[in-house]
Amino acid sequence: MASATSADTFPQMGSLGDVHMSGERRLPASPVNPVMETRDLNVFYGDFHAVHDVNLSYGRHEITAMIGPSGCGKSTVLRCLNRMNDLVASARVEGEVLYHGQDVYEKSVDPIAVRTHIGMVFQKPNPFPKSIYDNIAYGPRVTGMKVDNMDDLVEEALRGAALWDEVKDKLKQSAYGLSGGQQQRLCIARTIATRPDVILMDEPCSALDPIATARVEDLMLELRNEYTIIVVTHNMQQAARVSDRTAFFTARPDETTGNRTGLLVEYDLTSTIFSNPNDKRTEDYISGRFG
Amino acid sequence: MSTIDGTTAGPSSGTGPRGVPNLKGRSRPAERVIVAGLIASAGLSVVITIAILVALVEPVIEFFRQVSVSEFFATEGRFAVIPLVTGTLTVTLIALLVAVPIGLGAAMYLSEYASKRTRKVLKPTVELLAGIPSVVYGFFALFFVTPRLLQDLLNMQVNFTNLLSAGLILGVMIIPTIASLAEDALTAVPQALRQGSYAMGANRMQTTLRVVLPAAISGVAAAIVLGMSRAIGETMIVALAAGAQKNMTLDIREGAQTMTGFIAQTAGGENPVGSVEYNMLFAVGLLLFVITLVINLISITLVRRYRQEY
Amino acid sequence: MSTAATAAAQTVRLTAGRSRERNVGSLVFLGLLWFSLFFGVMVLVVLIIDTMLKGSVRFDSDLLFSYESSLNPESTGFRAGILGSLWLMVTTAVMAVPLGIAAAVYLEEFSNSRRWYNRIIEVNLQNLAAVPSIVYGLLAVAVMALFGFQQKNIVLGGAIALALLILPVVIITSREALRAVPREIRDGSLALGATQWQTTWRQTLPSAIPGIATGTILGLSRAIGEAAPLLLLGLGAVRFDPEGVLSRVTALPIQIYRLSTQSQVAFQEAASAGIIVLLVMILLLNGVAIFIRNKFQRSW
Repeated sequence: MASATSADTFPQMGSLGDVHMSGERRLPASPVNPVMETRDLNVFYGDFHAVHDVNLSYGRHEITAMIGPSGCGKSTVLRCLNRMNDLVASARVEGEVLYHGQDVYEKSVDPIAVRTHIGMVFQKPNPFPKSIYDNIAYGPRVTGMKVDNMDDLVEEALRGAALWDEVKDKLKQSAYGLSGGQQQRLCIARTIATRPDVILMDEPCSALDPIATARVEDLMLELRNEYTIIVVTHNMQQAARVSDRTAFFTARPDETTGNRTGLLVEYDLTSTIFSNPNDKRTEDYISGRFG
Repeated sequence: MSTIDGTTAGPSSGTGPRGVPNLKGRSRPAERVIVAGLIASAGLSVVITIAILVALVEPVIEFFRQVSVSEFFATEGRFAVIPLVTGTLTVTLIALLVAVPIGLGAAMYLSEYASKRTRKVLKPTVELLAGIPSVVYGFFALFFVTPRLLQDLLNMQVNFTNLLSAGLILGVMIIPTIASLAEDALTAVPQALRQGSYAMGANRMQTTLRVVLPAAISGVAAAIVLGMSRAIGETMIVALAAGAQKNMTLDIREGAQTMTGFIAQTAGGENPVGSVEYNMLFAVGLLLFVITLVINLISITLVRRYRQEY
Repeated sequence: MSTAATAAAQTVRLTAGRSRERNVGSLVFLGLLWFSLFFGVMVLVVLIIDTMLKGSVRFDSDLLFSYESSLNPESTGFRAGILGSLWLMVTTAVMAVPLGIAAAVYLEEFSNSRRWYNRIIEVNLQNLAAVPSIVYGLLAVAVMALFGFQQKNIVLGGAIALALLILPVVIITSREALRAVPREIRDGSLALGATQWQTTWRQTLPSAIPGIATGTILGLSRAIGEAAPLLLLGLGAVRFDPEGVLSRVTALPIQIYRLSTQSQVAFQEAASAGIIVLLVMILLLNGVAIFIRNKFQRSW
């Protein structure tokens, strides 16, 4: 695995420019050498079975979208990938979450280390009540990253998030003065400043207006060249626009308790999911008949 | 290729081949020490409770070597505690007679009648009372309530120190406690209950008294119980205004010492450590602690119950 | 025509609705509620006016700058008590505030509230907040004896008693301030690879500082008015300024209490004036607390 070359990972590397939709590329049917995988992932909150047997693999330099009706467990799965679910006292995770073949839930693994490799952007923009500069510098500072010149790093991160031109004159001002869309791009900049490998995005545009949403989506497509992105969205058009692969989740009520347990219905290339889904439930959801 | 240990640097994003990232975090000894310090600070509260018990129990054991239990739980005599208990209970009862209706009235207004905005303005006026030091209340009871209000204005034949004026002012002091907790309880009653009542044609008063108040009863009870605990434990008001003599009486025009009044007076009296009087201080203190502890636990249980209900 | 009929019907219904809220019983009830609400203010107004009238003859410089004198009741002053109370307040803050914040941080940010020992701490705290202040005096007496202090009526002794007294208040208000910081801020920090402690120290705690400061100052304003536990430690008459934490000390409320037990009217007048001084100090502290809350409190 360690010897995998980029050619192995992207057999069609040569035809990468051959893009049909903005988010769609020619990719193998299933990710080769996935960066992350979940195997028989089950999540419980106390007695409540939130997610049942999820098996997914996330390809390198791909955008994987997880879609489905609310309560289907897609955010729960996302939060397992960088162990943010640890913060919920009642949460219990079974199965494996593999990152480069290593189970991140193994006892010897440090969740802090996991999160330096796997960053996260949240539903609601959550900048820190600090200056724009300090928001970016925070991650490198706390993780003890060796930084030659913090100013350069801040600029690089802000450029990476397509925010530099808008904020370069007010780096010392509070991040709370930015618009919602700018705040969300700041949160993305903050995440890439720590040089992660994978970026998780939990409905990153649900609090934004359509114009801000479009900018974040463009940014996601740009970031794909350097990062692996896993995004949860309730917006099917967004999944269709940006993602390479789509996983469709749904919720199944328990016969006895009535609690709804999330499960994975179908996982395929985005083009397939949206044009020719295998499962009736996926088709119903995509066509708007359900959910 | 950069080494990736997850703590000194994040992985450099690369398109090329990469090693398996190391997810083992470094041990963080400084952080462990800090967290241990935090735990110790939180645990200190338990240590304090145990220390209180130990501090009180030791002299009490000594006390009961010198004085028999029946001499302590007697109605009269040098070591009798019962007159102190009746003194405490009498002033507490008077205080509750003042504070329960007024505290609940204020709570009902704030929760059921006031708009959000007026509540914000009016609530502090009730809480102002809580900011007055008890020695100030004691002075007021002694030099205003007794001579001006009770003797001059109401023409009552009360002694210079008396249970009535101490109890009345004690009641004023615990109004904010009762009002604030009761308001929390009333506000926690779901809106649906009120709407149900209005839908049946009840007016605001009927809704407040027959629907909201009964629904919040355990929380309201907790408020009253906590107010009672405050009254029992209060010292300066009774030390100044209730009297410095043990007096087994239910006549509220007379003065009578309370448990806390006794402790304050004896402590001021320069009794040598280990003397019977000194030890009795702790015996009365322990009794006071146990009584308030039981009452507080009742209050905590009641609060928990109403939190579970809604 | 039909609209007029509808309007008339509506008027009838509205009037009927009003009269139900305005019957005698409801109005009396509302009046009682208003009375309850303003009863406290009325008492306060009477208290303050009466005290000011009694104390007005003593609003002079001796009041603030002289030591107490049993021979000259007309010129007895609160110098030792004012300075003593300030010393006690600062020493109390130094002991109680760091401890209280640390305990609050543990309970809010680190502890798993399902664990039995954390639940014990929780109930215990609620209980400690309601322990009579005089019991803390007894505890402080025992602590001072334990440390082998011959003299208990020193700054340190009083501060121990007051610190024990306000510790639960500091913990409870600090927890509320920490709880008011949104979850998203913590999540954002942790997702960047910060540890729990880094998150607390660099994000949560700074955001909670205004709330913690407000609560702490209110706790201290309670401590400054306390007399009962200090009485147990034997604080009494002092005719010199405190020089350190081991210096003998008295406090403003203690002086007021001692003057109140004297029979001469001049002492009562001095006590009244002392009460005004104490109330002004408490008012100032509360003013600072309100200022901090309005100026720095962030509404998320």
